[in-house]
Amino acid sequence: MAALLELDPKVGGERAGFVPRAPVEDRRAARIELRRQIGKLERELGELFATTFPRSGIEWAVPAAGGPRVLGIAELERTRDALSVRLADARAEVARRADTEQANRDLVERMIADPAEHRWVRVRSEDVGDRDCKHWHSRPRWGIVGMLLGWWRVKLSSGCPLAGG
Amino acid sequence: MSEGAQSLAGAVDERLLEELPGLKLRYLTVERGSGRSNRGLKQRLRILSDRMAGQQAIAVRNQPIPWAYRVFFRHIGLDPDEQRTPVEQLVLERMLKGGFESRNLLDDALTIAIVESGVPVRALDADRVAGAPGIRPIGPGEGLEGRPGELPGGTLVIADEERPLGLLFGATAAGRGVTKATKRTMLLSVGVSGVPDIAIEEALWLVADALESG
Repeated sequence: MAALLELDPKVGGERAGFVPRAPVEDRRAARIELRRQIGKLERELGELFATTFPRSGIEWAVPAAGGPRVLGIAELERTRDALSVRLADARAEVARRADTEQANRDLVERMIADPAEHRWVRVRSEDVGDRDCKHWHSRPRWGIVGMLLGWWRVKLSSGCPLAGG
Repeated sequence: MSEGAQSLAGAVDERLLEELPGLKLRYLTVERGSGRSNRGLKQRLRILSDRMAGQQAIAVRNQPIPWAYRVFFRHIGLDPDEQRTPVEQLVLERMLKGGFESRNLLDDALTIAIVESGVPVRALDADRVAGAPGIRPIGPGEGLEGRPGELPGGTLVIADEERPLGLLFGATAAGRGVTKATKRTMLLSVGVSGVPDIAIEEALWLVADALESG
C-alpha cells in the first residue's frame, strides 16, 4: 500500500515535504489498517508466550516508539515490523526447542528400555518441556553392588520440593 | 454509592476519537476518601490471591479485555512489557509477592476492581479537579505539575477544564492524587476498543461500592 510508506508530520512523521502526500482519508485508513495488524500480531505473540510457559530464555520484548501519543504511519509500521520479527524469531526458537525436547523424550524411552546402556544419564523435566521438577536418572540398583553386577535402572525423582519446606 | 448511581462520560478530543475509535473516559465521584482497609476487603484480596495461580497469571494477557489494553498500549507507543497495563502489573506483583497485599481502603478496592474486571481504574482528589475530566493531547507549553519542563507535543493526558491531571496510563500530576486529606474521590476509567461498557461500569462500581462500605 503506497500510503503506508508516507509519513505524517502531524502524528510523528519526520520527513514531511520529501514525499507526495496521500489524501488525509487514505493516510487515516492506512493507520487503522496498521493498528489492526499490530493487534493481530500482539494476539499471536501472546498465545505463543502462553503456550511456551514455563520455558525461559526466549526473547519477547518489542521496543516501543514512546508515548502515550498518537503514532504516525512510519512509527506504526516500525512497531508492526518489530512485532512480526519478534514473533518469527520466537516461533523459530520454540520449534528448535521442540526438536530438542522430542530428542530428550526419545532418550528417556531408550534409557528406560536399556538403563545399562545409559549409565548415570540424567534428564530433567524441563529438558522435555514439562513444568514440574522431576528427573529421570539411570543409576545402579543397590549402589556399589549394582554397579559391580551391572544392575542398572532408571529412577524417577519424586518431584518438586514442598512450598516452604 | 447509591444503587442507581451511574458514571458520567468524560470528553475525548475529536481528532483522537477519529484515530482511536473506542477510546472513552468514564468517571464517578464518591463522597469519601481512603482510609484503613477493612476485614471484608482483606478477605476478598486473599480469595483473589488464591484464585490467581501461575497458570492464570500467564493466561491473563490473552483474555479479551487485558489483550485490548495491551494492543492499545502498542497503538499509543507504550511497550506493555516495560510499562505494564494495570491488570498485568497487579498480577505480576501477585506472583512476586505471593499474594495481593493489603495497603489501604482505596488501593485494596482498586486492586479488586482491576483484577476482577481487567479494566484500569485510577483515583483523583475530586476537590482538586476543575469541572469534568477528559482525554486530549497536551497543548503547547503545557506540562504536568510536579514534573519539570514541558511534555512532548501530542502527549496524551487526562485533563480537567484547566490543566492536565495525569498522563494517559501514566503518572498523576502532583497534588491531584488521593491523600489522607481527601474528602471526595473521583474514580476514572479509560475504555478502549474491544472493552464493553458494562466492564467499565462494573470496574467503577466495584471500587465505589468498596469505598462506601469501608
